[in-house]
Amino acid sequence: MKVPFLAEVVLLLTCASLMNSCSERTAVEQATEEGILIIGNTSEPKGLDPHIVSGVLESNVIRALFEGLVEGHPSKDGVALPGVAEKWYPVDEKRPDEWVFELRKDAQWSDGAPLTADDFLFSFRRLLTPELASDYSFMLYYVRDAEPYHKSQRSYLLSRKDANFTTEWWASLKEIDFGPNEEAPEDSFNFKGLDFLTAKELEAIQGNPNLFTWPKGVSAQIRTRLLKKNLAFAKSGKDLWDLIDFGATAPDPHTLKIKLNSPLPFLPEITKHYTWYPVPRHAVLKHGKIGDRFTAWTKPENLVCNGAFFLKSWRFNDHIEVARNPRYWDEENVGLNGIRYLPISNLYTEARMYYDGQMHVTYSLAPELIEHSRQNYSADLRNELYLGTYFIRTNVTHEPFTDSRVRLAFSLSLDQESLIQNVLKGGQKPAGGLVPPFGDYPAAKQVRFDPKLARELLAEAGFPNGEGLPDIEFLTTDKETSKAVAEALQSMWKEHLGATIKIKQLEWTSYITSMFDKDYDLAAGGWIGDYLDPLTFLDMWMKGTGNNRTGWHSEEFERLLAQAAETGKPQDRYDILSQAESLFLKERPILPVYWYTRNYLLRPEVKGWHPLVLDNHPYKFIRLESSPTMKKEG
Amino acid sequence: MIKFLLGRLMQGILVLFTLYTITFFLAKAMPGEPFTSEKNVSAETKANIRKLYGLDRPLWEQYYVYPKNIITEGSLGISTSKGRPVKDIIAQSFPNSLILGLCALGFAVGIGIPIGVLSAVRKNSWVDWSCMGIAMIGICVPSFTIGPLLQIYLAAHLPGLKVAGWGSPQDVILPAFTLGLVSAAYLARLTRGGILEVLSQDFVRTAQAKGLSPSKVIIKHSLRGGLIPAVAYLGPAFAALISGSFIVETIFQVPGMGQHFVNAATTRDEFLLLGISLFFGFLIVVMNLIADLLTGFLDPRVRIADNPE
Amino acid sequence: MPEGPASEFEQGSSLWKDARHRMGQNKFAMGSLCVLGLMILLCFAMAWFCKDPNKVNLVNKFAAPSEEHWFGTDALGRDLFARILYGGQVSILVGLIATAVSVAIGIIYGAISGFIGGKTDAVLMRIVDTLLAIPFLVLVIVLQATLSNFSGEVTQWIVDSWGWDKQFTSRLTNVVPLFFALGLLGWLTLSRIVRAQVLAIKEREFVEAAVALGYSKSRILFRHVIPNVLGPTIVYSTLTVPGFIMYEAILSFLGLGVESPNSSWGVLIKEGANFLETEIQLLLLPGLFFSLTLFSLNFLGDGLRDALDVKASKD
Repeated sequence: MKVPFLAEVVLLLTCASLMNSCSERTAVEQATEEGILIIGNTSEPKGLDPHIVSGVLESNVIRALFEGLVEGHPSKDGVALPGVAEKWYPVDEKRPDEWVFELRKDAQWSDGAPLTADDFLFSFRRLLTPELASDYSFMLYYVRDAEPYHKSQRSYLLSRKDANFTTEWWASLKEIDFGPNEEAPEDSFNFKGLDFLTAKELEAIQGNPNLFTWPKGVSAQIRTRLLKKNLAFAKSGKDLWDLIDFGATAPDPHTLKIKLNSPLPFLPEITKHYTWYPVPRHAVLKHGKIGDRFTAWTKPENLVCNGAFFLKSWRFNDHIEVARNPRYWDEENVGLNGIRYLPISNLYTEARMYYDGQMHVTYSLAPELIEHSRQNYSADLRNELYLGTYFIRTNVTHEPFTDSRVRLAFSLSLDQESLIQNVLKGGQKPAGGLVPPFGDYPAAKQVRFDPKLARELLAEAGFPNGEGLPDIEFLTTDKETSKAVAEALQSMWKEHLGATIKIKQLEWTSYITSMFDKDYDLAAGGWIGDYLDPLTFLDMWMKGTGNNRTGWHSEEFERLLAQAAETGKPQDRYDILSQAESLFLKERPILPVYWYTRNYLLRPEVKGWHPLVLDNHPYKFIRLESSPTMKKEG
Repeated sequence: MIKFLLGRLMQGILVLFTLYTITFFLAKAMPGEPFTSEKNVSAETKANIRKLYGLDRPLWEQYYVYPKNIITEGSLGISTSKGRPVKDIIAQSFPNSLILGLCALGFAVGIGIPIGVLSAVRKNSWVDWSCMGIAMIGICVPSFTIGPLLQIYLAAHLPGLKVAGWGSPQDVILPAFTLGLVSAAYLARLTRGGILEVLSQDFVRTAQAKGLSPSKVIIKHSLRGGLIPAVAYLGPAFAALISGSFIVETIFQVPGMGQHFVNAATTRDEFLLLGISLFFGFLIVVMNLIADLLTGFLDPRVRIADNPE
Repeated sequence: MPEGPASEFEQGSSLWKDARHRMGQNKFAMGSLCVLGLMILLCFAMAWFCKDPNKVNLVNKFAAPSEEHWFGTDALGRDLFARILYGGQVSILVGLIATAVSVAIGIIYGAISGFIGGKTDAVLMRIVDTLLAIPFLVLVIVLQATLSNFSGEVTQWIVDSWGWDKQFTSRLTNVVPLFFALGLLGWLTLSRIVRAQVLAIKEREFVEAAVALGYSKSRILFRHVIPNVLGPTIVYSTLTVPGFIMYEAILSFLGLGVESPNSSWGVLIKEGANFLETEIQLLLLPGLFFSLTLFSLNFLGDGLRDALDVKASKD
């Protein structure tokens, strides 16, 4: 199958030396002439189905292939330009919990089929279909009834119209394992959850009530009623979709109306996320059912899309190439003829390929190479603020971090400036708080370096000069950079607090698992914002949220977040969120260290690539200088 | 002979099954799950994904379903981290690894064995020492160092060579050199040792006493027996070479199979892990069988077939 | 063939004596021995006199060599010379012990397999095939998960009951699982090499003679067969030392092995390799110590091989 290639190798090995004389053009020069952007993209995408993937590198390709309701602005953060929607507005300015999107009439898919509001409704339903097992479905939970459908909350949906259904009544049922209970013994019905039991299993419980463990307070009457309802529904074979009053509707083929659970002034920002992108109903259904995950519709020969580009070729682990989509509504303003994505996982290789003229943009730049690039490629080196924070989680269920003074002491003894200048070297910003600075949100300035105060607080907590402190385990990942950072922090805590830190390096999944099991004292961590709002950094610290993992929670904090959710006016909302952040920082369950920057290399001939805090550069506005297709004739 | 091969085939199946069992339980023993991620994944979503991949079934059922699917459907499962069938991943990446591995092997054998022979013949001369010195450099310099050095000092300056990438035929040169270097050094030293061993045996000395020319002695008499350690080493080494190397592939951006061994483990991609481990086990079994046959050919006194006493 | 009981006795006793004599004659090997001894002395004795290898001084990173820091400082401003010497302790120990363990297992296993042959051989070699194919990284991750808490408990137990220094004990208990992981898989290829040699040797005249004389199998195995395969074995085992030292680095990054901020040659080289463009001395200096040790180890191995060459001794 590859024999000709092998023969070529032998032949060309001998010729290789002869080729030195002829002056070859680099890959980049050739690509620039062809109007193709070559871009580093770290790794092979899991797939190109916007509903299945959840990573940044996948989104980089998907954003070229698909377009959402609105499009990002090439140089301004938080500004929305028309995408599939021409116009959008909240029904009530004061309480933006219902939005209207007017879709362009000429919108079409790359195979010529018209793109209508129905495609969006199909896409939303598909993302929420439990069998599809998308792990980013929660991005749609803002929409009314999206969450109970996705989580298959059968009992809730069946009972909420019940005359007996009152808030108190529902609250009394909170303890029942409607959903999966991972703490219950495996193979038990509680492990599966009442809502997920089949008709057969429900009948079994009816016969023997002991098969399902009910909390004490639930009366026999409620049990029977719940069982009966669930059983009747399970037997009917209907889909839960019929029970919900889904928030998204299409009054006509070119209007999309979305009713939300609570006011969301920044909804257009959220729709920029690829989970909100439309997928072609006709193409998806041609290759499978709505809930089928592994279908052939994303294969290069089948993929139908609506973005500025279409999928041209995909060589596994080698490259993905997209080319200009002639059916895109704004085709004449698209600056590139195509984009080639290279899955280069080794940062050093990527930089060396860039130096060698093999690509236009790198995905990232190793800290060791920043100085080198500054000296030799100063015009190409980019250093931009990124919407992300590096922090250290403390385990507030472990001594000594149960005491907020100890947490503060550990935070105050971090010399952020020195770490950034000497170890990271990427122009990161010392984190003054949790939420990185952007737009109108007032960035916190509560976190600082004050070793004297740190020692005082530690002494107050009962550990003068670190005496009596147990050995503390600092969990981090297996990367060289994390090791260097950990060793620098270790020495800071030793110097300023007299604390003994043991560094524990683990590979990624073990590290996450240890963190999730709260099997750590301190753990390196970080968070990149999903969308442009402080909430993406704040709501993860609520009780029981999957990413909290510190054991910390506060009712006051949660009350403030709930209050913000009901506030429609952006500035007031920011003020409340800022209060919540301030309260969080006073308690300091995590120690913010620095705000991320993105360091990468970008060739000067790439135009229209501006700094953006979410780093989602809309490709249609990018141009390559000396590209022959800058202006298309006719 | 046929009986011998059939026996080995049966043993091979047994090896693969044992390997499957060990790998299966090791994979289950790793902390974390395939969909462990930093993101907030709800219990409902996790349950959905488990169901999708059949990970919600009882352990014993999962244990027998995988081999059953291999036999009945020829399916190695679907990779949880790449979202595509494991069989496709192997089919797409193995040819690249095979080409790279064969070139590396060619280089290793072509350089290593002659150097080893030369060294052995000129034992304790400057030729010997410099040959062995070069071999030692090959052993001391790890591939994650030699690769970048080649990139910086060679590829960046030679117009014909790219720093990394896998598009044109000459792209195989640097990774093959990097991959083959260690094996070449091993082969050189093992060949030297093996030949010295044979050279001191009586029959060789007899040949020398009979006045045969030294080169004839080496080729006719010593090379065969002297290569036995090298061939024994080559069995597993060859399997390792053609199944790819994580380090070389990531440095030179080769879309080969080696990276999947690492990625499957770190992402807890059970099916990919089982699939490529079984594939690698298959290669090992075959290569070691070939090595055993070769040993018999090199030294006819060695009886390869099982001879129950 | 003059392999009677008397000459057998004579050969058995004089093999090691002869070997020692011939080793003494081999200047190259003796030189290597000196270098190796010096290196061990430097790492284990001299290290006490040099600076604290873990003292971070961020402002003084990448300092050039000076009287204060002989080899300059690393990325966190730590003294490179001290780090290399302390790192050498770990690496030399790992290299030698893991090799010794794997050689011991490999020789005995391979020799038994080749010598007995038949069904035993088939079973033993298929076990090797299986172990060769086990995904190493997975094994390491599982070992890490199961052993790390265990080693913490062992540390505590030793400290409590024997009163050892905690720092020292935990360094020790951290490296033990590492030997376990390396020793477990390190002997596989070696056993195949030994077996192949044994298969050839067992058909040779002197073994047949020993069989004809009615010696017990174990006597033949240990007195006649194994000494004759030592040559290639020594050559191969000296080759595996760098492999073990480098594996140690990879394992350390996965949480099995030396604990930060302590270091080893492998870790220093692995980290140094990232500074190729800018601070190449971070790679070259530890690499120099590493290579010097391995060179001398290998030439020593060659000398040993020559010295143990039974036939050549009759020249």
